[in-house]
Amino acid sequence: MKVPGKMLPKIIGFIVRKPVTVLYPKQRLTPPETLRGKMKFHLDRCISCGLCARDCPSAACTMHEIDGKKRPVFDLDYCTFCAQCAESCPKDAIEMTSEFELAHYKKGEAIVK
Amino acid sequence: MVCGKGVEGIDILLTLLYLFIFPGFLFLFAFSLFTEYLDRKIYARMQRRVGPPFLQPFADLVKLAAKEDVVPEKAEHFMFTAAPIIGLAAIFAAYLYLPIVSSTGLHSFNGDLVVVLYLLTIPTLALFLGGWYSGNVFGQKGGMRVASLLFSYEIPFFLALLTPALIEGSWKMADIVHFEISHPLEFIVSLLGFVIALIALQGKLERLPFDIPEAETEIVAGPLVEYSGRRLALFRLARDAEMVVGAGLLAVVFLAGPEPIVQLEPVYLSWIVGALVFLVKTLFVIFLLILMKSAVARIRTDQMISFAYKWLIPLALVQIFIAIMVRFLGGI
Amino acid sequence: MGRVKLPIGPQHPALKEPENFTITLDGERVVDVDIRIGYTHRGIEKLMESRTYTQNLYLVERICGICSYAHVENFTQNVEEILGIQIPKRAEYIRTLFLELERLHSHFLWLGVAGHEIGFDTLFMYTWQDREVVQDLLEMISGNRVNYAMNAIGGVRRDVSVEHQKKVLQGMDYLEKRAEYYKEVAINEKTILARAENVGILKTKDALKFSAVGPTARASGITVDIRKDDPYASYLDTPFDVITTNTNDVLGRVVVRVLEIFESIKIIRYLMAHLPVGEIVTKAPRKVPEGESISHTEAPRGEDFHYLRSNGTEKPERYKVRTPTLANLPALAEMLKGTYLADVPIIVAAIDPCMGCMDRVLLLKGNEKPGELVDGERLRRYSIKWFAERGWKA
Repeated sequence: MKVPGKMLPKIIGFIVRKPVTVLYPKQRLTPPETLRGKMKFHLDRCISCGLCARDCPSAACTMHEIDGKKRPVFDLDYCTFCAQCAESCPKDAIEMTSEFELAHYKKGEAIVK
Repeated sequence: MVCGKGVEGIDILLTLLYLFIFPGFLFLFAFSLFTEYLDRKIYARMQRRVGPPFLQPFADLVKLAAKEDVVPEKAEHFMFTAAPIIGLAAIFAAYLYLPIVSSTGLHSFNGDLVVVLYLLTIPTLALFLGGWYSGNVFGQKGGMRVASLLFSYEIPFFLALLTPALIEGSWKMADIVHFEISHPLEFIVSLLGFVIALIALQGKLERLPFDIPEAETEIVAGPLVEYSGRRLALFRLARDAEMVVGAGLLAVVFLAGPEPIVQLEPVYLSWIVGALVFLVKTLFVIFLLILMKSAVARIRTDQMISFAYKWLIPLALVQIFIAIMVRFLGGI
Repeated sequence: MGRVKLPIGPQHPALKEPENFTITLDGERVVDVDIRIGYTHRGIEKLMESRTYTQNLYLVERICGICSYAHVENFTQNVEEILGIQIPKRAEYIRTLFLELERLHSHFLWLGVAGHEIGFDTLFMYTWQDREVVQDLLEMISGNRVNYAMNAIGGVRRDVSVEHQKKVLQGMDYLEKRAEYYKEVAINEKTILARAENVGILKTKDALKFSAVGPTARASGITVDIRKDDPYASYLDTPFDVITTNTNDVLGRVVVRVLEIFESIKIIRYLMAHLPVGEIVTKAPRKVPEGESISHTEAPRGEDFHYLRSNGTEKPERYKVRTPTLANLPALAEMLKGTYLADVPIIVAAIDPCMGCMDRVLLLKGNEKPGELVDGERLRRYSIKWFAERGWKA
């Protein structure tokens, strides 16, 4: 039947029911484990090949020489979390975790070494 | 003011109390903000959202009042500033005539219903003037829409609200309230009028589906587009207060307002009970208004005008005819 | 008030992205529309020329926030065609799954936006809440809600596990119920009908004349769907129907999209039941030999067209994107003429515009003054000259 307020019967029921949204900092939803979040770098597996830096689309991953070893450094300010570095790595030295709360105050604070 | 110890002194004090605190301006202010909270919260819950916290409307008001107040260069300074104040003043004046704590308001006389109806038209005109003199094309467009829609809801609103007055034969709200409480059947006779008045009130308040003058996605905010800071706060407060007064008027005229009154000593106790009854009835009307806006889309100007002239006004006339017949046949 | 020029945009609540529609009004009637684009041009095509193919995978995805996957699909198809790679069957199916999930979430999103444009915020909240189901599925499989980064050149990057399949099917059951409800609401709610019926008329002959694409064209009774007309991914194996209506109005566009939700659910169920086993990616070389390729897919908004020219290096020489919104803009200008001002937002929304994707600018290095009109012939000669200077065939 064509009436105004077709959804009304359903809508009224929702007044007393629990809302589906959550107040974020107090309640948190857990992301899936497959989420591409902050990366984890295993220095011991790295062979300094530089493939990660070469394939990074946003120049977040750059090669630096630290303590005599050439290795990637990730600046999350630039990162788009595409996980291409993890895929390009021949030794699985880069791993994506599901950590996603990466807000920080200053540029350059979120660097993964 | 120095108060004497006599009866007269207490009366003055009570009058001042009535005027400024309860159920006067301060109470209206608080109740308006509470209404806005309720409106937003219930609307949010219907949409399965969490909704704003309790003090949010108050916080919004304070924030707006603290903001920079801009009058655009193209705007007519005097009218632009005066519009929100006129609108708010008219609503506060109308509020004083509503019988809230007892069957008489602050001042009750024959014809007070008409005065309230008249005062309730002024905010709409203030909105039109504010929009028109803001010098913004969106504001002017919104003002035009306000003006062109004015009659499509004012006429049915007037006709519907005059029905109880016709049945009772008095233009005095106190009489209408008395009559209703002694003749409960009157509610059923004027049910159609109540529904029409409710729909027209929704249009008067410019809420969905009749929020045409300030349709966000079409003309941004319509007449309010250039308003900011204190003036916007005043307009928003006026909108909330208008909702309270409008709903209160419906509660008085159709649902017998603060009656049945319980006589208690001292007198302010019975005031409080009366006010509570009034509040419950007003909130009921407000709840109906919220329900109405939750499940509809905004209609167009032409659709609203044709809806008003095809349905609302003829039905209101039918209601008046029923009222006259009832009176002619010897009352309820 | 006489004739008024009302600027809708570049900043306006009805538009989600900055674009300018200057509307000439006579009272509440629209007399003329002047569309100016170019406010969100990002120069992606040019940027792509300076990046490797692997890096471009993620840049192409960012052309659009909603139909991001259709763009990646086009890009990978182009590269694979020049490379001459046949991707594994399983990868094809997973790609189709993503294309359809994307269509689902785009259509739910659009339904909500359309509701919002006509002031029906409750519908907006409900559809977006259901859209979360699709987003969660996408996030579960690919690791991200919007930019899935799912494609690699030569296949897909992540596999769909048995558990994922189960969850996808559960999600489809829920969404089918919800879509059923929205269909019921959309064709029975009086206020929606009042705003959508006979609004934004685009006659079949006009739709053909202005080359409308996607749901906009299908709502005008034109059976056009790249999935059927030129099957890509695994659409050749997958049974589904092309939805058309002939009401030519906004309501028709609503109905087409709601019914397409059911088709997408049907396709996803088929894919999940017939998912082949095997590899998900074939190895592709980094350098792409010289060549040219075009690819088009049916994005949720219509035909999405990509052109690639490679020169034997790791980077493309020229890339060109034509998104469905650009194809629908001339039709939009036609639809807007003669309507009410109140209908402008919903008519604009009804083509499901994605301004950021389609935006383009034109820079002429000559004696032209800003704002001066350049005719088509002069542009053509200019482009021939431009390409000739770089040694390309005209």
